[in-house]
Amino acid sequence: MTAVPTLAVDDLSVEFRTRSGVVKVLEHVGFRVDRGEKVALVGESGSGKSVTAFAVMGILDAAGRVTSGRVMFGGSDLLALSEHDLAEQRGRELSMIFQNPRTALNPIRRVGRQIADVLVRHGGATRNDAPRAAIEMLKKVRIPDPERRAEAYPFELSGGMCQRIMIAIALACRPALLIADEPTTGLDVTTQAVIMDLIGELAAESGMATIFITHDLALAAEYCDRIVVMHAGHVVEAAPARDLFSHPRHPYAAKLLAATPGETVALEHLASIPGGLPDLRRADLPPCRYAERCERRTDACAQPLPQRTVGDGHVVACWSPL
Amino acid sequence: MLTMLLSRLATAIPSIVGVVVVTFMLTRLLPGDPAAYFAGLAASPQAIAEVRTKLGLDKSLPEQFVAYVGDLLQGNLGNSLSTGQPVTFEIATRLPASAELTLVALLLAVAIAIPLGVLAAVKQGTWIDHLCRIVTTVGVSLPVFFTGLLFAYVFYYLLQWAPAPTGRLDIFLSPPTHITGFYLIDSALTGNAETFWAALRQLALPAISMAIFSLAPLARMTRGSMLAVLGSDFVRTARASGLAPRTVVFTYAFRNAVLPVITVLGMVFSFLLGANVLVETVFAWPGIGLYAVNALITSDYAPVQGFVLTMAVLYVTLNLAIDFVYGLVDPRVRLDS
Repeated sequence: MTAVPTLAVDDLSVEFRTRSGVVKVLEHVGFRVDRGEKVALVGESGSGKSVTAFAVMGILDAAGRVTSGRVMFGGSDLLALSEHDLAEQRGRELSMIFQNPRTALNPIRRVGRQIADVLVRHGGATRNDAPRAAIEMLKKVRIPDPERRAEAYPFELSGGMCQRIMIAIALACRPALLIADEPTTGLDVTTQAVIMDLIGELAAESGMATIFITHDLALAAEYCDRIVVMHAGHVVEAAPARDLFSHPRHPYAAKLLAATPGETVALEHLASIPGGLPDLRRADLPPCRYAERCERRTDACAQPLPQRTVGDGHVVACWSPL
Repeated sequence: MLTMLLSRLATAIPSIVGVVVVTFMLTRLLPGDPAAYFAGLAASPQAIAEVRTKLGLDKSLPEQFVAYVGDLLQGNLGNSLSTGQPVTFEIATRLPASAELTLVALLLAVAIAIPLGVLAAVKQGTWIDHLCRIVTTVGVSLPVFFTGLLFAYVFYYLLQWAPAPTGRLDIFLSPPTHITGFYLIDSALTGNAETFWAALRQLALPAISMAIFSLAPLARMTRGSMLAVLGSDFVRTARASGLAPRTVVFTYAFRNAVLPVITVLGMVFSFLLGANVLVETVFAWPGIGLYAVNALITSDYAPVQGFVLTMAVLYVTLNLAIDFVYGLVDPRVRLDS
């Protein structure tokens, strides 16, 4: 695709300063999301998926610092915007929904008002018709009896309902990009499917691009067009979903796939990936952070990571890909 | 909400009964014989016995208790042995003095502690955060009577900025017309600027000494609670939704963070009720604390009982009020009942 992407992350590096040293959480992360595209960011816990999202949104913890990179969105670099300008964009042009919908909502504010707050803030409605607009949003995320539910507090609603409210908040101002950080974690399986379908439909309706952050490859395969695999703060492979599943090129992506239960693999044949994530505080981190767990390691792995294009939109950061 | 308040009120009744019993027993078991004290130093044993009969102290404890409860139910707390005045009347006239002092101190503390705590949390690690830490440390390490004495020494004796610590009003001024019993309010209502100013000057030192003491727990709790809430998921959601920083800090964070602060506020208020006794003594403040101390020294137990009972009722009312405010702020509490 040659069109301007909705979001282009380029060379993004983030550090966290902690008491026990500087943690290089992200290093040279890059990927792009085209208009209306659904991209999955996958990887094990601690691989930097959520931090990537927080950095894009500009809501990193105070300890986190972006040390390099650009996040191009709507013609401007989000990282270069002032906090004030960024706040104007957040919730209107790019939105985010989180895991644990129950704690992600203000416990002592009626959910209708929480939706209305966003609408009023971004000029989606005046203070007077915001309650009506909020109820419209509740209808859109298919909450039954929206007039009554708008008056409810989060603790009076189920987890699935709360996630629908979150979606209503995120989509209230029709953003161009939605980042969904493990939106179905903590929900039961049937609710998971309903929530994913809902996000998919609403996205298709408005041509909104979506980034799904998940460790669930099966979910990613089912709902996404493209998959970006992360490991220890690096993007190791990015490919169209079909290509990645049929022919993963990075050894880590291959292991990750082998560790995913599916129709053809029995649970006892699932492989676990040996080793763990390296300690990101180390000063002597190898260029490839997977090298120490890798079976295909060669002498070339001591050089800086390559970005090899191995197919149409298929990039892998490995010296000896499969 | 109403049922919640009623059920809390029901649980308060046993505590009041308990306080009635305990105050009765305690004052009877205090060392010293009130009959001997009131008969005078040179009294014969016969005279002492007469006084004892007159005061009803010769009866058995259960009999005395029944008589005491009977009087209580009629709002009669007995007469003070030393002044001869009914205790109910004396407490009623002295309570506004204590209440005015305590409330002004509390308002002052809240007005400083809460903004300080919020700012310290929002700008964590900056000079205002350090200032907050210093203020809270200093506040807890200075006992009220010490600050009171220090202030009286510095501002009255050395600098002469403050009037003499001799009660609520300069002796040359007459108190304002009695409306609420609070001199500040009464003088403001009657438009008496001179009395208002004089009352305020008298009030400043004792109120500030008490405020400094109660500032510390309030500021510390506000800061801690704000920090916890600012790091919570829903504040992140609010920020991710692009809500204005003011909305995030006040409407989202502060309203949640204020809940534990309300609890601490209740505790601080009861500390202050206790601290009153010391401050009133230092500043000769004609409140119920000073009254109770004088009564205690002379084994005059009716005022002591009256004082403890008044405090207990105040405390129970205060806790009810706190529960009420809590219910207003937090919808989850409303449903629990």
